[in-house]
Amino acid sequence: MKYLLLKHYRGNPTPAVDFAPMDQWTPQEVDAHITFMHDFAARLEQTGEFVDGQALAPEGAFVRYDGAGRPPVVDGPFPETKDLIAGWMAIDVESWDRAVELAGELSAAPGPDGKPIYEWLEVRPFLAEPPTVTE
Amino acid sequence: MNESLLRELTPAVIGVLVRRGADFASAEDAVQEALVKALATWPDDPPRDPKGWLVTAAWRKFLDHTRSEISRRDRELAVEVEPPAGPAATTDDTMRLYFLCAHPTLSPASAVALTLRAVGGLTTRQIATAYLIPEATMAQRISRAKRRIAGVPLNQPGDLATVLRVLYLVFNEGYGGDVDLAAEAIRLARQLAALTDEPEVEGLLALMLLHHARRASRTGPDGRLVPLAEQDRALWDTALIVEGVEVLQAALARDRLGEYQAQAAIAALHADAQDVSETDWVQIVEWYDELVRLTDSPVVRLNRAVAVGQADGPQAGLAALADLDPGLPRYVAVTAYLTEQSGSRQDAAKLYAEAARAATSVAERDHLTRQAARVRQRP
Repeated sequence: MKYLLLKHYRGNPTPAVDFAPMDQWTPQEVDAHITFMHDFAARLEQTGEFVDGQALAPEGAFVRYDGAGRPPVVDGPFPETKDLIAGWMAIDVESWDRAVELAGELSAAPGPDGKPIYEWLEVRPFLAEPPTVTE
Repeated sequence: MNESLLRELTPAVIGVLVRRGADFASAEDAVQEALVKALATWPDDPPRDPKGWLVTAAWRKFLDHTRSEISRRDRELAVEVEPPAGPAATTDDTMRLYFLCAHPTLSPASAVALTLRAVGGLTTRQIATAYLIPEATMAQRISRAKRRIAGVPLNQPGDLATVLRVLYLVFNEGYGGDVDLAAEAIRLARQLAALTDEPEVEGLLALMLLHHARRASRTGPDGRLVPLAEQDRALWDTALIVEGVEVLQAALARDRLGEYQAQAAIAALHADAQDVSETDWVQIVEWYDELVRLTDSPVVRLNRAVAVGQADGPQAGLAALADLDPGLPRYVAVTAYLTEQSGSRQDAAKLYAEAARAATSVAERDHLTRQAARVRQRP
């Protein structure tokens, strides 16, 4: 079963622990955080559970169709109130419980003073292919 | 090149290497490397003796690895580059590989991957593509599985039930990438049926054949799900149905009923009907009763409720749902269907929409959304 672990810049539930944004950390703290993320992905590859991981820049815009022969409408940058996705990791695991376990571990990534940041991660199941045998 | 020949030879070649003294994990790796080499070179330069070619290539790979790892064993093995294969025990070897790869200590996903590689002769890349994960992840999944069973001797008797479960999972995964997993599961079940004397193996094979026979009718041209009642039965593969029914009858005649035989019997009754109105729902309900007795599975009870709804009317079907957990997958979809049959179209529309939100696949979600839209259109 595949699940998406979604990391948000904004739009999370109330933070469990308040900490300064990453750009105010020491370089060592930033490095430690990034190393943790890399190691986590590498470990999941070793366990045969890693599918994909990507990070997204905070900038971007909303775009939509605006009628035939007209250029698309671009609305952006995103308003401050908008839920903003920072990146994701896709995993392929045996169960929902395992997905939650892994999300819990990823959420313990180190922040200032090397302490876990208790970051909220959103866990969402992928829609799969329908089974062959249905009745 | 005949790729299926290559796949068929895989377990036997692993068996030869193991009997020459290789451990299972190294033998399996060596054969995998030989397979990849065969896929690259056979199209231009087909060998006269494919099995001999594979054994030689795999044995050389094995020796290469062993040499680079242990220098002492290196010298011992070097004098014996082409040892005799020992007594030919191909069928036993293959059977043992089925058991080993479906060892109960393995997770289902690992057992599936290992079975497809060591018994099915698929490459890591093919398996990874079929399951939509990176090749490196699949490679690790397979090596972990091999490490987990490293202490299990190959000649240990295994558990047939877990083997059947693995093949069933492969079949149910359907068609991903360039490998037809359903067809591969049928091939592996056919091979297993030839090696064993268990009616449940035949039951599983029959179940697969009967469902595979309906494959062309299960999806519309745009990939949409076509429910059984609306399938174009002219598209059903009658040869596969005939074979499935024969395999099933031979199994049932041995009077040792199991869940796969019962499931196959239900599939056979569907296959037997010219259209949905001719379906023998009463007998299908009886088979579901057997299945409930055999498995006590809530999913079986849910499917039984659908059959009861057809046999005795939608109210009876809804009553059969009463004791079930509404959190079951497809519970709301079944309720929606029976509610529509009972004439409450507005309630049915709401339930279909709710079921669509709970669907676990895109095709199912789209199908249920269409059902909701259809029911709302003609109140």
